[in-house]
Amino acid sequence: MAQITLSDLAHTYASNGTTDSDFALKAMNHVWQEGGAYALLGPSGCGKTTLLNIISGLIMPSQGRVLFDGADVTNLPAEKRNIAQVFQFPVVYDTMTVRENLAFPLKNRGLTRAAVQARVGLIAGMIGLEDILDRKARGLTTDAKQKISLGRGMVRESVNAILFDEPLTVIDPHLKWELRTQLKSLHRELGHTMIYVTHDQIEALTFADTVVMMHEGRVLQMGTPESLFETPAHTFVGHFIGSPGMNFLDATIEGNTAVIDGQRISLNAHYRTALGHTQVGIRPEYVEFTAEEGLPVVIQHIEDVGHRRIVHALVGETPIAVSVQEGQPFDTSMNRVRFVPGKINIYSDSWRVQGEAF
Amino acid sequence: MAKIQNNRAWFLVLPVLVLVAFSAVIPLMTVVNYAFNDTFGNNQFFWNGLGWFEEMVRSERLHAALGRQMLFTGTILAIEVPLGIFIALNMPKKGFWASLCLVLMALPLLIPFNVVGTIWQIFCRVDIGLLGRFMAALGVDYNYTNDAFDAWVTLIVMDVWHWTSLVALLCYAGLQSIPEAYYQAARIDQANRWDIFRHIELPKMSGVLLIAVLLRFIDSFMIYTEPFVVTGGGPGNSTTFLSIDLVKMAIGQFDLGPAAAFSLMYFLVILLVSWVFYTVMVTRDSGEGT
Repeated sequence: MAQITLSDLAHTYASNGTTDSDFALKAMNHVWQEGGAYALLGPSGCGKTTLLNIISGLIMPSQGRVLFDGADVTNLPAEKRNIAQVFQFPVVYDTMTVRENLAFPLKNRGLTRAAVQARVGLIAGMIGLEDILDRKARGLTTDAKQKISLGRGMVRESVNAILFDEPLTVIDPHLKWELRTQLKSLHRELGHTMIYVTHDQIEALTFADTVVMMHEGRVLQMGTPESLFETPAHTFVGHFIGSPGMNFLDATIEGNTAVIDGQRISLNAHYRTALGHTQVGIRPEYVEFTAEEGLPVVIQHIEDVGHRRIVHALVGETPIAVSVQEGQPFDTSMNRVRFVPGKINIYSDSWRVQGEAF
Repeated sequence: MAKIQNNRAWFLVLPVLVLVAFSAVIPLMTVVNYAFNDTFGNNQFFWNGLGWFEEMVRSERLHAALGRQMLFTGTILAIEVPLGIFIALNMPKKGFWASLCLVLMALPLLIPFNVVGTIWQIFCRVDIGLLGRFMAALGVDYNYTNDAFDAWVTLIVMDVWHWTSLVALLCYAGLQSIPEAYYQAARIDQANRWDIFRHIELPKMSGVLLIAVLLRFIDSFMIYTEPFVVTGGGPGNSTTFLSIDLVKMAIGQFDLGPAAAFSLMYFLVILLVSWVFYTVMVTRDSGEGT
């Protein structure tokens, strides 16, 4: 287990990247705590796998340093870093049995027979591979193969970190849930530093203590699942997290009021007159329909997703989504919306602005 | 809805039947005819039963040719398969050099068989050939026209030169299909070079490798043109392989009956080996799962 420090780290796949857009990963400084469960979340091509491979040593960064517990490992290759990594598609050694697959990384490190057996037995029990331990890996289902990959990733006791690169992509949906829960409890039991790359917000939010939200090679926000939901640092985070994502409405901010489409809304905090393009951000979950007060809306269509309805409406020209829980009042006379006070975020040029208390 | 029965649809198969009959069945049947009959010309045939087959199975001449054939096929497989794998493993993976290697490797495969024979026949001649003269200048007593061992070496080197590329290219294709993640996982598992070969590369190559071995087996087991051009089966009978012997028997001596029985058995042996390979390949694939 180790604390991982990324110091002025950046990476470009071009031979000599100069402009900002050449960099798959823009300069970043982060410290990742020992024993933490981290999720790297972002859309395809945002640089999350690049960052993961830099940490594991499969890619040498163009600039900056990677430190494990303060020791510089930037120039160490993957095999010397003592990390484990699980890939998107199952990697199993077809010629070996499941048991041999799990034992392979331990054997290569010269563990005694007894130690290997004990560890393999423990991990196989944890992820439910006991029944097939003596079968050949060839011919197993994709699910089982990916379980073997996960097992091989977790079998080593003293690793600095375990890295997962979208490991559940190939798993059946019903098993996904089960494995995700297992991973979470394994993290609790084993206590390893774990970094989990995914583009699936549910996976990230359920697995990680700290979610690292990435976009276009930049870390936009690093925080608890709750903070990403409640106070997205960037409009992209607001859009990406949540289903549907956060609503953004152009507004002018004057102290503790926001003016949207000529309507005044009072805010819970005081903002210095923000420059640039200012927006109000509000989650669909924190918008309520009312009959008298609030912003007038024109309802476009309603999606019923079972336990709630999602109402798509227009405020002036701007679309807004409203999540109406079961049992919440909603009828045709209600054509205005109000925002739950304290749940409103203010953005200036896409970045969140912190308000000051009165 | 009632199923419509219309047996006239069988007529649609007729063109294929005619084509196959003329291209394969009828020629084969004439051979079968010769194999079970004796003839003294004038298209008069006398039933001979299994006589020719019995004669051929007991023929020491055929045994010797079969022995030479198996030695030759075994030797070239033992050289070409490991060499082809070795070359494939060491070829550049991508970029200009990869393309260049592929083109250079493919060249020997594009040369017509008797041109290959002619090239080596001249190249190795002691009087005018580059290699022959060079060996003589080095003081090596090399002459493929009167030394059986030299003739064998020449034929084996020629076959290796001609066909190793095929094995290498097939293995290369197999290697290219291995996802990068396998190598990355192996690095992280601290696998050594042998383990990577044994547990990643070889299993992933095994399908194409089996095809390569099958193709090389069939081709070398039927080899005729190149040794015929280079040594003509000599010196003596030392490089007379099955095909060469068959042609000598059928066209040289005009022993059509024994030659026909010989060719049928020859054909069945190749069919049998191909079937074994096919069965192995199919059962292997069905064990693969998803």
